[in-house]
Amino acid sequence: MTMDVREELLRILEKNSRIDTGELAVLLGATEVDVVNEMAQMEKEGIICGYATVIDWEKTSNARVSALIEVRVTPQRGKGFDDIAERIYKYPEVTSLYLISGGCDLMVTIDGRSMKEIAYFVSDKLSTLDEVVNCTTQFILKKYKDHGTVLTRKYEDKREKVTP
Amino acid sequence: MRNFLSSKVTALKPSGIRKFFDIVSEMPDAISLGVGEPDFDTPWHVREEGIYSLEKGRTFYTSNSGLMELRQEISSYVNRNFGQKYDPADEVLITVGGSEAIDLALRAVLEPGDEVLIPQPSYVSYEPCTLLADGKPVIIDLKEENEFRLTAEELEAACTPKSKVLVLPFPNNPTGAIMEMKDLEAIAPIIEKHDLLVLTDEIYSALTYKGEACSIIQLPGMRERTIYINGFSKAYAMTGWRLGYACGPSEIMNEMRKIHQYAIMCAPTTSQYAAVDALRNGDEDVKLMREQYNERRRFLMDAFRKMNMSCFTPYGAFYVFPSVKKYGMSSEEFATRFLQEQQVAVVPGTAFGDSGEGYIRISYAYALENLKEAIGRMETFVSGL
Repeated sequence: MTMDVREELLRILEKNSRIDTGELAVLLGATEVDVVNEMAQMEKEGIICGYATVIDWEKTSNARVSALIEVRVTPQRGKGFDDIAERIYKYPEVTSLYLISGGCDLMVTIDGRSMKEIAYFVSDKLSTLDEVVNCTTQFILKKYKDHGTVLTRKYEDKREKVTP
Repeated sequence: MRNFLSSKVTALKPSGIRKFFDIVSEMPDAISLGVGEPDFDTPWHVREEGIYSLEKGRTFYTSNSGLMELRQEISSYVNRNFGQKYDPADEVLITVGGSEAIDLALRAVLEPGDEVLIPQPSYVSYEPCTLLADGKPVIIDLKEENEFRLTAEELEAACTPKSKVLVLPFPNNPTGAIMEMKDLEAIAPIIEKHDLLVLTDEIYSALTYKGEACSIIQLPGMRERTIYINGFSKAYAMTGWRLGYACGPSEIMNEMRKIHQYAIMCAPTTSQYAAVDALRNGDEDVKLMREQYNERRRFLMDAFRKMNMSCFTPYGAFYVFPSVKKYGMSSEEFATRFLQEQQVAVVPGTAFGDSGEGYIRISYAYALENLKEAIGRMETFVSGL
C-alpha cells in the first residue's frame, strides 16, 4: 500500500472506526486482505493506537464535568517532563495530557462526575505532587466540536434538489 | 400589443432539467442524487477571507478583467499545472462563473452560420449560447464504448468547411468521462487540419481520478487556438460565489473583455478576494475533497457491479452515468418511476442531449450515508423491474 493510500485509510478510520474492512477496501480501491494487513501493521507500529467513539455525554443521564488544567512543573534532571507526565496520566480520570509551549508546561484534560470530584483531584492529587508548581483549572461549559465532529448541529443540505 | 419577444430566444428549448426539478420540488421527502454542485462547504479560510474583505470595506468594482492579484494567481496556477504562461495583464479574464466565460467566448468569435462542434452528452449551456450568438450547433454524439471520450474519427466526421469552434467539455458533466493525454494527442492534428478554435471547459479539472489532470493547452500549437476555461465552483466548492475565468490569446481575450465590460462590468469583488486565498492556500482542501469524491465513486461502481447494472468507469467530475437500457424504458421513464416509487431523484441523461438517451446521471456530491440509502432503494427498484 502506498503512503498516500495508507494515509487515506487513516483519514477514513479517524472519522469512522466502525467501518467494515470490506467497505474500506471498496473505498480505497484495494483488496480486503491488503486493508486488514495494513491495519494490523499500523497497530503494530503504534500508528493506530485505538478505535474510540465520539460521545456527547451531555445527552445522557450520566452527564460529566470536564476541565482543562494548565500545570506548571519543575522538570527533573535527566528525565525532563516524562516522569512527572507519567505520574499524572496514570490517573484514569485524566483523558489526555500534552506537553505544550507557552505559559505553562502540561495541559491535562480530565473528566469527572462533578465539579467537586475534579476539585478534589486538583487539590489533593495534582497540586500536592512535589514537581507541580502551579495549576490553573478551567471548567468546560459546553462542547461544540470534539474529535473533528460538530456536536451541536446536524448537517442540513441547503442545495436546490436538482441542478445541471 | 405587439409580441415583444425575440424569436431567437423563444425558439430555445427550455432546459430538460428544469422539468424534472419541478416534479422533485413537490416531493419534499425525496432523496436527491440530482445535484450538480459540491456538498462540501467552501473551506472556512476562504470564506473568512471574503468576510475580511467586507469588513475592510472592499466593496467597490474591480477592474473589468478582475483583481490583478487574482489574475496573477490564476496565471501561476495554470502554469504550475499545465506549463503554459498567460499574461495576467491581457490574457486572463475573471468571469461570473465558467458559464459566463462560455457565453463570452462564443459571442466573441462567432459569425452567423459558423458551426460549433459540441460533443454530447454535455453541460446544458453550449448549445443555447451558440444559438444566441448566431452560430450553428453541430452535435457530436459520444459513445459509451469509447468511454464517452471524443475520438479523432468522430471529430473528423463532424467537420465541415464552416466548422469554427470545438467545445471540449472534459472532465465531463454528466458522464464523468475524461480525456487523457493520448486522447488529446489523437484529436490535435484534426483541430489543426480544420483550423478550429478550441473552447476547453475544464471546470472539473481538479476532480480527476486517474493520473494527473491534463489539458489540450499542453500540446504544441494548441495554446494559440484555445480558450481555456476554469473556475472555483467545483474544485473549491464555491458555486454560489459565481466565479470563473478564461485564459487565451490576447486578441480573443480583448474582445471577450469588451462584452464582459458592457454586460457585467466585473465579477463580484468579495468572491475575487476569497478566490485569491483559495488559490494560495487551498491545495490541501482540494486534495481532501477529491479523495472523498473518489471513495464515493468507487463505492458506486462497486454497488452497480453488485446489482448488475452496467456503467462504464468514469474518472472525472462527480458523476456516474449508468445505462438503464436493459430495463426497456427511456431515461425519463426510468427517472420518473424511480422518483415516484422510491422517492430518489436522478437526472435523465436526455437532459444533456439526445445521446444521453438510455442513461441516467447520478451525482456523488453527497455523503456516503446518503449514497448508501439511495443505492439501497435503487436495488429495490431495479429488482422489481
